[in-house]
Amino acid sequence: MSIAFDQPALSALSKAPSNPLRGRARSLASYLQAAPLALILGFFLLLPLVMIVVVSFWDYDFAQMYPDFVTFNYSETLTSWVTWKTYLNTLKYAALVWILTTTIGFTVAYFLAFHIRTTAMQTVLFLVCTVPFLTSNIIRMISWIPVLGRNGLINSSLIESGLVASPVEWLLYSDFAVVLAMVHLYTLFMVTPIFNTLMRIDRALIEAARDAGASGPQILWNVVLPLAKPGIAIGTIFVVTLVMADFSTVQVMSGGQSASVALMMKNQMSLLQYPAAAANAVVLLLLVLVMVGALLRIVDIRKEL
Amino acid sequence: MREERRSGTFWLLAGFFALFVLFLYGPLSAILILSFQGPDGGLTFPLNGVSLHWFANLLEQQAVGDFGGSFRRSFALGLLVMAVTVVVSLLAGLAFRRRFMGATVLFYLSVASLVVPSIIVSLGIGVLFSQLGLEPWWLSSAFGAHLTWTLPFGVLIMFAVFNRFSPSYEEAARDLGASSWQSFAHVVLPMILPSLVGVGLFGFTLSYDEFARSLMTAGTYNTLPLELYGMTTNVTTPVLYALGTVTTVFSLLVILVTVGMITALRRRNMQARP
Repeated sequence: MSIAFDQPALSALSKAPSNPLRGRARSLASYLQAAPLALILGFFLLLPLVMIVVVSFWDYDFAQMYPDFVTFNYSETLTSWVTWKTYLNTLKYAALVWILTTTIGFTVAYFLAFHIRTTAMQTVLFLVCTVPFLTSNIIRMISWIPVLGRNGLINSSLIESGLVASPVEWLLYSDFAVVLAMVHLYTLFMVTPIFNTLMRIDRALIEAARDAGASGPQILWNVVLPLAKPGIAIGTIFVVTLVMADFSTVQVMSGGQSASVALMMKNQMSLLQYPAAAANAVVLLLLVLVMVGALLRIVDIRKEL
Repeated sequence: MREERRSGTFWLLAGFFALFVLFLYGPLSAILILSFQGPDGGLTFPLNGVSLHWFANLLEQQAVGDFGGSFRRSFALGLLVMAVTVVVSLLAGLAFRRRFMGATVLFYLSVASLVVPSIIVSLGIGVLFSQLGLEPWWLSSAFGAHLTWTLPFGVLIMFAVFNRFSPSYEEAARDLGASSWQSFAHVVLPMILPSLVGVGLFGFTLSYDEFARSLMTAGTYNTLPLELYGMTTNVTTPVLYALGTVTTVFSLLVILVTVGMITALRRRNMQARP
């Protein structure tokens, strides 16, 4: 996830220790070094997830939750037409944003990796792409309002040029605005991993393909694209999980007219219906984990780092 | 491709790249310009005069929100998250250099931390704290929630760094009589320092801008992104843009300083080589 590392990859695993006593001390050191990470993720990730699963079977009223074992939190959400529509809508966003970010991300990464000649220039241009990612998502989202709004930049220039008589309404507070903002927010998550894999492609392979008579598009389709698959897979993991988890972009950019699963959860949370939100969380989590699991069959993350 | 003259494809792709950069920065610059809106100006163009009115408004107006307090909290939290992320990721990175039982589980737990939807983390920690009888507080629950987002980035970066780190440097140090600590402090650490600064930048900015994970974990006192999100629904004056400009300029300064530091460190490392 960082600026491309230029040294050749070397196996990190050191040789097996020869002295058994020293070996034990070393493995103890490993545990001590790994312990803080394990403790933090254990307490702030695993335990909360367990808690959500537990609470999803609890009963509740308007004020509080009651420990119990009931399944109506699940049956209520899974038999509701609204839930299914919301899931479909979220998946629609995921699909649209994935297609757009993959196309844009691959094109940008390809340009940086194969058409920029110096490493310094590559680093600078890559940083130019990275900087917005390190600023506030909420600011980047609301920055579309003066551009897309009824009196926004696009509408006023369209009217001034006489192309339309009245402002185009679907630019803001619509599915279009949601997808546009998501592409704006998440494309970098596609650019970075694809750029990293493209940088590692042996340039001799491309020359060999050319010498064998392949045309430009053939090289792109039969050599570059297959080798870029791991990067595309990692980018897909990022983009799909981010879109599936999104509620703020959907809320702000659709003006409350569209829903996503996470937004549905957030509304339940603000009504203090935690067990209902927890049941939705479990369903959403399973869906996301299945998607990521499928993608991890394509790519071994540890080999790609 | 490198030896050829610039082709038509190059210019086509360069044009695409330029459009992409415009897409990234265009809307942001609209906010920047509109924050200098005159006192009677609205949320959209045209500019109704140019003034610092909305920036001044940001300083005085306390009825809607507490910008100063939320900024201080987000800043402090960011620094804390940064420090913990750097140390914990470095330690984990060192641990992963050797085989140990549970290494694979821990690695995939870190990946899981990255893919679990933020709002689920937020809900889980919120419910966990309430069941433990603890008040959610930005320095406890939100701090932990942010770490579940920054640590995976830190760990993956350290993993990548050590994947490319040749053990022969340490072997050479050991052959020359250095202790484990000496070879770490004088050989390994200076070489990976630029990457550690990068991890720190991720830690700080990801925490400083984090919204979804703070939602149920920040407690009574808002962090800056929560304050901003509240403003998107109930503030209809350019003061929103003024705050946006201030936080963005602050983020840019942080990035600029960090990139400068990384470049300086890299240069020093290059000069140190014979």
